Amino acid sequence: MARLHEYQGKALLAARGLRIPAGDAVRTAEQAHDAASSLGGKVVLKVQAWITGRKAKGGVLFASSPDEAEAAAAQLLRMRFGNFPVEEVLVEELLDISHELFVSLTIDDAAQAPMLLLDCEGGSGIEDRADSVARIPISVSEGIDRGRVLAVLAESSIPSAAHEALADAIAAIVQTAGDIEARSLEVNPLVVLADGSVCAADCRVTIDDYAVFRHPELGIEIARELDHPATALESVAYRLEQEDHRGTFYFAQLPTEGWESTKGLIGFHGAGGGGSMMSMDAVTNEGYTLANFCDTSGNPSAAKVYRAARVILSQQGLTGYFGSGSGVASQEQFHSAYGLAKAFNELGMTLPVVVRLGGNAEDRAVDILEDACRDLPAAVEGYRKDDTPAFCAERFSALMENASGGASGELTRRVPDWVGGDAEAFPIEGGHVWIDIERCNREITAKLGEWSSGILKDGGEGTPVLACDEETAAKSDSEFIACEIECLRAGHPVLFVDLPIAGIDCPQEVC
Amino acid sequence: MAIIIDETKKVIVQGITGREGRARTRLMREFGTNVVGGCTPGKGGQEVEGIPVYDTVAEVVDASGGIDVSVVFVPARLVKGAAVEAFEAGVKLVMLVPDRVPLWDAMAIAECGAANDAEFIGPNTLGVISPGRAVIGMIGGRADSAKQWFNEPIQGKTVGVMSRSGGMSSSCGYYLSRAGLGISTICHVGGDSVLGLTFPEVALKFQDDAETEAIVLFGEIGGSMEERLAELMQAGRITKPVVAYIGGKAAKEGTRFSHAGAIIEGDRGTHAGKVRAITEAGGVVVDGFGDLPEAACAALGVAVEANR
Repeated sequence: MARLHEYQGKALLAARGLRIPAGDAVRTAEQAHDAASSLGGKVVLKVQAWITGRKAKGGVLFASSPDEAEAAAAQLLRMRFGNFPVEEVLVEELLDISHELFVSLTIDDAAQAPMLLLDCEGGSGIEDRADSVARIPISVSEGIDRGRVLAVLAESSIPSAAHEALADAIAAIVQTAGDIEARSLEVNPLVVLADGSVCAADCRVTIDDYAVFRHPELGIEIARELDHPATALESVAYRLEQEDHRGTFYFAQLPTEGWESTKGLIGFHGAGGGGSMMSMDAVTNEGYTLANFCDTSGNPSAAKVYRAARVILSQQGLTGYFGSGSGVASQEQFHSAYGLAKAFNELGMTLPVVVRLGGNAEDRAVDILEDACRDLPAAVEGYRKDDTPAFCAERFSALMENASGGASGELTRRVPDWVGGDAEAFPIEGGHVWIDIERCNREITAKLGEWSSGILKDGGEGTPVLACDEETAAKSDSEFIACEIECLRAGHPVLFVDLPIAGIDCPQEVC
Repeated sequence: MAIIIDETKKVIVQGITGREGRARTRLMREFGTNVVGGCTPGKGGQEVEGIPVYDTVAEVVDASGGIDVSVVFVPARLVKGAAVEAFEAGVKLVMLVPDRVPLWDAMAIAECGAANDAEFIGPNTLGVISPGRAVIGMIGGRADSAKQWFNEPIQGKTVGVMSRSGGMSSSCGYYLSRAGLGISTICHVGGDSVLGLTFPEVALKFQDDAETEAIVLFGEIGGSMEERLAELMQAGRITKPVVAYIGGKAAKEGTRFSHAGAIIEGDRGTHAGKVRAITEAGGVVVDGFGDLPEAACAALGVAVEANR
């Protein structure tokens, strides 16, 4: 899920009337000095990082002068949590706190509703008091029942003078969560200050990935759950997914330290969440390290599967490629086979490939994949629903043992030499289709019509022309990929679909 | 019998004129589902696969003399509107097929469904199939495949299947059928965090179904539905044998592998916690997915049939 930093979440709360501590998010120690000066010298500095137990991990420091704040910020900005370096530090005024509350809004799958967890003793040791935390269900349409909030407060030791202000603050928190479609929003602690006012001393927010599209104001670049900052390749993959909504394409890189002591570094290509997880286990059990997780499912187009395979193979150091889904897919599997065959052919694949293509039309899918890759240096094998993930992983292991030992860094994209010359080209979404007109004749062109599902036809004398309007052709990338692969299988490579990927084949701004 | 769907239920399709709606209407029809109508705003008067299309759900319901189920195939951002329209037109069971439905929309759908005393399945469901009877959604993909893959119920050997993974719903049904078992119904509850029917509700339907003799489930990390099912088993409300596989053993906290619902948050929804809950409630949890058919046969006291 997309996460917001503390200071970003606090700004959202402040916009809905909740008081937040005066402060600034800074990126350098000098900025921390300035921020502390304007706050009167005594401040607290907090790393902006997506971790739990920040204080215990040394991510919170106090300073009593701007110089101390500068030194503290320098120390915090050198820290690293997991794969995340600390890039920002929040410098805030010190609060004179008289009471702390734990307030957390989560989505309760059993109640099918947001749930507010409220504890008037604050957040420390909350795990041990789980049973005493008040749980107040929230109506999506009507918000939170103020009476129930006040009833919980009435049972607490908090002076009643602060109850109305706390109820207002909690209503603002619930309102904020709904407005930004949060998956969780935690204010731990929500505090009552010595002067009786209420203030959000911390804030952790995660946003529902599926709703990010309608919240451009949040500035979320990549709505994905990752335990590291998005890599360049993950950003490429995310952009590809945003541009093509036929099916789903998910890509995440995994930690690979120490892979050299395993049997190999593998590009993984799953189809469907459940089947993917099972297949990952199967290939891991054979002693391999997975470089990535990838899932193309939900009836993806050939173009989408092609792009996914290209992204996977853009990782350096891979020694093999393993693909497998649920094994009994409802989708017709040949679309995926065409996409994979195109990627492997374009790259002149040298790494062993095993892909389990079980499901509808599996025989046709396996035939397309194996036949189209028959002349490649790599062994490429397709399997069906009666072949278990464990069997496919064993088969993969056998191919790996006989492999020549190349790695993915040596693979380069090959474009036919006739592309770009006098060959015929027309634009499609994301690229061009090239046809080597010189080598087309009546017989081949008739086949092109068949293989492109009727998008192309003989314009006379064996010259292929579009049989549909340009708009339809522009959306027919997958039909053209099928056509390209069938041309290849028949020994007449006269059509090439050029789909350069921004960030891999060319710089982002050029493609 | 069977649960949720059979050949007698009257079904409509919302978004019937779209690419998916059209293709899946054909599957449902060819498999034996009684699809009586469809709707797409502005497309009233057309026909899809010989099925009349109306502008609104209310019009189809009216023309059909009441319906039992509506299957929704519209873009994710329009799902909430479609579901609310169906509930308000009096539809008591709505299936939400699309993926990527915003969470707060799903919760609004749940609130509206409850207010109208209606149930829903999904979002992000592949569907429900009762072999030999009917299918809603897209399980099987093609009618001939679905007929070939899943056995019809067989006395003494019939299981009900429920799953949080779409692909694995079909896989479970297929491998159980190959082991010689019959299937009453396969229900993919959906892959999202907030869903309509979940394992406890579906299991109660299987418990009440005379044909279903054991319940097989494909669970996953994240959420609480496996634990809530275990509570029903502990309370004696589910007494039929339960055989389970729980996916995601290797997944790390906080990293999501495809299904939005398959994410461990804190110590909730872990693999170990789910395995323990079901085991302590008297269910059988297999370690490898491939062990599921054998365990299901054992639970029913029948031999595995090889090479069917």
